[in-house]
Amino acid sequence: MPAPVQRRLIFAHIDEPGYTNDLPCYLQHGGYAVMKKALARKPEELIDEVKKSGLRGRGGAGFSCGLKWTLVDRKSGKPIYLIVNADESEPGTFKDRYIIHQDPHQLIEGTMISCFANNVKQAYIYIRGEMPHGARILEKAIQEARAANLVGKNILGSNYSCDLFVHRGAGAYICGEETGLIESLEGKRANPRIKPPYFPAVLGLYQCPTIVNNVETLCHVKHIVDMGGEAYTKIGTPNNTGTRIFCVSGHVQRPGYYEFEAGRITMGQLLNEVCGGPRPGRTFKAVIPGGSSAKIMRFGERYKGKRKVGAELVDYDWGVEDVPMDFDSLGMIGTMGGSGGVIVMDDSVNMVEALANINAFYSHESCGQCTPCREGSLWMKKITSRMVHGEAREQDAALLKNVADQIPGRTICAFGEACSWPTQSFLAKFGDEFKGYAEAKKTKPAAMPLI
Amino acid sequence: MISAPKPDLVTVNIDGREIAVPKGTNVIEAAKLLGVEIPHYCYHPKLTVAGNCRMCLIEMGLPAVDPATKAPIMDPATGKQRVNWMPRPQIGCGTNASPGLHIRTNSPLVKDCREGVTEMLLINHPLDCPICDQAGECMLQEHSTAYGRGYSRFVEQKNVKPKKTELGPRVTLDDERCILCSRCIRFSKEIAKDDVLGFIDRGSYSTLTCYPGRKLENNYSLNTVDICPVGALTSTDFRFKMRVWFLKETPGIDPESSVGANTTVSSREGVLYRITPRRNDEVNDTWMTDSGRALYKSVKAGNRLLTPTINGAATGADMALKAVRDLFTAGSVAVVGSGRSSVEEQFLTRKLADALKVSVSLVSRVGEGDQLLLSADRNPNVRGALVTGLISALPARKLTALAADIDAGKVKTVLTVGEDLTAAGLSAAQLAKVSVIYLGTHSNATSEAAKVVFPTLTVFEKSGTFVNQQFRIQKFAKAVPGPADVSDDLITLAELVAAAGGGIIPFELGALWAAIAAEVKPLATVTYANLPATGLLLDATPWAALPFIEGETLHYQPAGPAGATA
Repeated sequence: MPAPVQRRLIFAHIDEPGYTNDLPCYLQHGGYAVMKKALARKPEELIDEVKKSGLRGRGGAGFSCGLKWTLVDRKSGKPIYLIVNADESEPGTFKDRYIIHQDPHQLIEGTMISCFANNVKQAYIYIRGEMPHGARILEKAIQEARAANLVGKNILGSNYSCDLFVHRGAGAYICGEETGLIESLEGKRANPRIKPPYFPAVLGLYQCPTIVNNVETLCHVKHIVDMGGEAYTKIGTPNNTGTRIFCVSGHVQRPGYYEFEAGRITMGQLLNEVCGGPRPGRTFKAVIPGGSSAKIMRFGERYKGKRKVGAELVDYDWGVEDVPMDFDSLGMIGTMGGSGGVIVMDDSVNMVEALANINAFYSHESCGQCTPCREGSLWMKKITSRMVHGEAREQDAALLKNVADQIPGRTICAFGEACSWPTQSFLAKFGDEFKGYAEAKKTKPAAMPLI
Repeated sequence: MISAPKPDLVTVNIDGREIAVPKGTNVIEAAKLLGVEIPHYCYHPKLTVAGNCRMCLIEMGLPAVDPATKAPIMDPATGKQRVNWMPRPQIGCGTNASPGLHIRTNSPLVKDCREGVTEMLLINHPLDCPICDQAGECMLQEHSTAYGRGYSRFVEQKNVKPKKTELGPRVTLDDERCILCSRCIRFSKEIAKDDVLGFIDRGSYSTLTCYPGRKLENNYSLNTVDICPVGALTSTDFRFKMRVWFLKETPGIDPESSVGANTTVSSREGVLYRITPRRNDEVNDTWMTDSGRALYKSVKAGNRLLTPTINGAATGADMALKAVRDLFTAGSVAVVGSGRSSVEEQFLTRKLADALKVSVSLVSRVGEGDQLLLSADRNPNVRGALVTGLISALPARKLTALAADIDAGKVKTVLTVGEDLTAAGLSAAQLAKVSVIYLGTHSNATSEAAKVVFPTLTVFEKSGTFVNQQFRIQKFAKAVPGPADVSDDLITLAELVAAAGGGIIPFELGALWAAIAAEVKPLATVTYANLPATGLLLDATPWAALPFIEGETLHYQPAGPAGATA
């Protein structure tokens, strides 16, 4: 089956020749028309549209956006805050930065519509510390929008006012975790909060109800309000509506970003047809489908089971290439759609060394607040680094797995899962390579130093 | 009178046993009531919940209800409501009692969690228990023994961190031992209101430190050492002095002010090593001041009075008593009592004044209250003097009336129980006009000028009671023996009463308390032996109209607006 054509919804103008990130260009392309229409509607209707659309969060967890908005405590009388999570840090993911760099007004429009729908008077864009350029672009774009009365007091002559600020992060992966982000925005160390009781929807920023949404998610809101929730569900597949942006990196001929209707393209189509397949003379070995914390898939393995199609349960028997790229299918086979960062590895990659690199990242980024993640991530890193650069032992494979098993589900935030899933899945899929690494090392050149 | 509303009790099930606890009680505390230990490091009953150590992970379940009808779902096998167990373990410290809450603390998953967390905490811990001050009272040591794996699988290099950081004048930090529980940070912020501690760096390299340019030097800094579950924060004073398992622990009361913080006085073979707070939820929670901990040093101070003297020359107690008897016989004696004496001593001082047919003056000591555990009244027992009838009005700072009497020649002898008359406003010339009988622990201008000196015991060398600002009578016990030639204060005072013609009064605590109970109405039912460890609240109404000087402190609210009388 040939791959479907790209459906550019969010990335409609990305890398379009002549398209600039200033307001006049955006207005020329119909910008802020949706917001204008939205401001004339009732906020509850807009929330309903989002609920109907089935939009799922694009930050990684795939949590229903409509449900997230419904959970917000609107009875407390406290102000409601909206935070745009632009702390795109998951290794392998590079979609939000394109939106910020090339189409910032799309984000601002989506954000302002969402703010209006949720009666938010103040919103923040929390942008990753390592993206100073993006922060400057956003600041300029907000200034333009404010000057054009698209942001700020009495937007477009209505009696709705909402201000939007850019806040630059302090340079840590954990700042992307929503409660860590809130702490950071409050000026503290980005230590994630314990839940319960600190659910952002009730006790978020400054202990007020807070909505934290990903950049791409908020851009989708604009399109949902534009076309209506009902129409949006026609894009993609049931329960995986809309488009998904895949950021393909690694050992393919044409790495890059690609936007497709969710679930309408398989992994094989994406890698072989869209991205041009493996490099000459190579074969695919493994792929991480949703950012580096997603569990790895090994080419050649089969996934079997039953899945729901409509109301029926049907058998499936997929190879890696057959897996549809949507939240549910990837979740069903034990990994996740995550942030859409597809990391491809061919047969030149040594899995022990690849894991050593991932572990180095997670041990460096653990905030250090709770014990299993703080100690476990560094322990795993020390083991894999030693295996690569020092002495590897046969029992390291079992030890690694055991250490990783002690982390997920026992930590304050999902970083525990993020740092242990790579190790767990690498060991599950490539355990033999880990066991035999000591032997293999004798015959191969020294590994490259860790990044 | 309106009775307090009954707390909203809910029944929770812990390991199959049911217990009713106030709604919202956290699971660690609820389990404690059943005698079930849920190990923890970061949780502290008097601090906010951080939930970061993950040692208290438990399995939690809630009664199953039909989502649509809210009707309970019953389990046909047991006839009871089914319990929905959560797939993931939850932290006990962050889980509050709700109706029908089910907890498992002994399941394989919980055991595995504790084993995992223990192993994680130990991999970068230096395991230097043999030279660690905390050994013997270390939560990490205890929990590792009880819940750990017993062997290590860690073959990598341990993290290296600073071993001897001086966070302040009294606290030294060994960062390698730190398990990053953040108790000290929360204490500084929430209790001491001096936000100086924080972590720098990330992950396992996180390091506790003071804010730039700041020091941990508030008067509560040593509480961080107490609550540190490991040997990371150590008392610079106590560091490397003594293994804790050799220490004998005696209940004490901080004599610094009228707060009456409960303490534990630790000693070995008659030598004091440290003072730590003793939990009393009605008085000091689990805290005390740094200044109160340093008081033990006065016991071995160089200016300690060690033997009775007459005109500065050492003598025996019998000779000193004879000299006093002569002075008493000569008449015109004035008595200065003390708000630092125990209730028992104040009772005997009153008997002495009664025998001499004179009234007693007291000296007030006023400092600035810190709104926590140091009140404005720096005498620990002014209310004891009120209760025993030693005085009926609040004392003043200066002995003005006594000075006038001396000037007028009305007083020939002044007997002072521990009070430095010079500090209380009497001039050297005035002291020279009279014969001074001084009872005290340390030499000062008054003892130098005194005709007769009786050495007395510090609060650590005797037993007794204080009445604090809440009118709570609290007892302390003798931790170490006094110097060889120093009689017990009660003996000295009883003998002085006899010398004044006041008859024989028992000086042994039990018998003395029978006498006190018989004579002092507010203490009619009290004995030293039956006083609870956390004290007994006396009826304060007879003194409600007095203008006490204390402002608000922890667990104390002044009746009227605070105002210094002195």
